[in-house]
Amino acid sequence: MKVTEKDVAYVADLANLELSAEERTRMVRDLNSILGHVDSLNALDTKDVPPMAQVSDRYGVDESKKGSERFAYASREDVKEGLRKSFPTDVALANAPDSDGTFFKVPKVIER
Amino acid sequence: MDLTGLTIDSARSAVAERKTSATALAEAFYAKIEVDDQKIGAYLILSHERGLEKASEIDRLADKGGALPPLAGVPVGIKDVLITKGVRTTAGSKILGNYVPPYDCTAVARLEAAGAVVLGKLNCDEFAMGSSNENSAFKPVHNPRDLSRVPGGSSGGSAAAVAADMAVATLGSDTGGSIRQPASFCGVVGLKPTYGRVSRYGLIAFASSLDHIGPLTKTVKDAAIVLRTIAGRDPMDSTSADLPVPDYVAELEKPVKGVKIGVAKEYLGEGLDAEVRSAIEAAIQKLGKLGCEIVEVSLPHTKYAIPAYYLVATAEASSNLARFDGVRYGFRAKDVRSLSDMYRRTRDQGFGAEVKRRIMLGTYALSAGYYDAYYLKAQRVRTLLTRDFEEAFKKVDAIVGPTCPTAAFKLGEKVDDPLAMYLADIYTVTANLAGIPGISIPVGVTKEKLPIGMQVFGKHFAESTILRVANAYEKAA
Repeated sequence: MKVTEKDVAYVADLANLELSAEERTRMVRDLNSILGHVDSLNALDTKDVPPMAQVSDRYGVDESKKGSERFAYASREDVKEGLRKSFPTDVALANAPDSDGTFFKVPKVIER
Repeated sequence: MDLTGLTIDSARSAVAERKTSATALAEAFYAKIEVDDQKIGAYLILSHERGLEKASEIDRLADKGGALPPLAGVPVGIKDVLITKGVRTTAGSKILGNYVPPYDCTAVARLEAAGAVVLGKLNCDEFAMGSSNENSAFKPVHNPRDLSRVPGGSSGGSAAAVAADMAVATLGSDTGGSIRQPASFCGVVGLKPTYGRVSRYGLIAFASSLDHIGPLTKTVKDAAIVLRTIAGRDPMDSTSADLPVPDYVAELEKPVKGVKIGVAKEYLGEGLDAEVRSAIEAAIQKLGKLGCEIVEVSLPHTKYAIPAYYLVATAEASSNLARFDGVRYGFRAKDVRSLSDMYRRTRDQGFGAEVKRRIMLGTYALSAGYYDAYYLKAQRVRTLLTRDFEEAFKKVDAIVGPTCPTAAFKLGEKVDDPLAMYLADIYTVTANLAGIPGISIPVGVTKEKLPIGMQVFGKHFAESTILRVANAYEKAA
């Protein structure tokens, strides 16, 4: 067993999840099953292989250009209203579970 | 005229030649959905108002005798992870159950600008996480070819709607096969374009470096038409490529004689169902008869694709889904004691089991002490998988193989075994990791009449090639 109940509680905390006792037990089982399969990656020697985070820096770009110049097309002027206008307050708040018309409202942040 | 059986061209022509109106066409689809979708469950939300308004705009244009746009009056459905201004968008999740977006997804806006009529939003696995559509928080989707079977996932509603004539075409999203696998299970065409070909603006993010938007259609030509409409640079997505969009439709008919097609032995190995194998082998033979040159290639790291994929995808998902905190939109838990209590309870109650599992796996893979062993390792293996394709594409123009190891499985069959569900994605996740385009087309059925799909991969931005090969096969079949 790689992942214990304690690990699950710790990771749930990092992920802002609580999880019921039943969910934690199930999670221990599922994560161990998946990570057991993931261990097959250890058969590969990858110390000289660079990590790949994304594809768009390598394909579909002008390779004669270097660094950020390759992505000059993705830049815009640093102006107040860039690509579109900001939403007015009422639109931005329309989906909020709670607001006072100007701000999002949340439970008290600082507890005495 | 069978209005709901039309393809994009035939629907547009019917409207343009005044054999029907865009309004009558949309209403025919709504009538069919009302009856047939009760047992299929493809739609989550119908956008009558928005759809019929667009249809009447097309009809007014037709009345005036003006030139009609390329998708004039064509009824389409949209996977519910693509946001639609003023039309509720849930991502198949309780946490977004009441979310009404304030803006449109670029791909949807481009379809509408080309005249398409949006019928509604299609069911999917919650946040596009799943391979069977059973992870929808609202209802499962049943495969129209056999109602006891899953339609595939995560774009299960998008595939089922096309298969059941409840939309002419649909948009789906594909992070590890979520367009191609359901297309295969439902017997329709599904295309995942190259990463960067179609803007992701307005796609509710699952794994940003792997997410793609693409079409599900009845024919290869329709897939080419939709791709031509939605592809191209969008300033709202910095990863959308700054490359011209070819006329995919015009290039469809170019000859396939002499096109070099690779067959990867790793895609025909252990775990592949015998009926699927023989259908794929027969399809490869047919491509040979059409003049394609069949060449064996190797993608040696294929067996490492699933573990690498599920680490990268869940790591990105854990980060993307951190935004769902009950503050700015969506569901918020009641009776909470504090802010942190609100976050936790909101996410506990708002997310389903599979989403929590992936957030947990991703958070674990990124956490201190495990980052190098899991996340970084997976990123290095991603490089190896991408190099496999680069090497193979030095020798061939396209690579073909099965889309899935089996035909559609039964509802409930894999729901308690997440690893078994993940392993079914073996042939599709590689294209997402490498960012190459892939299309799934129907190539026959099993003894039980379940559809079998063949996948055609191409080089980055070579959608024209794979569409041409797929079209040649479809025409000859």
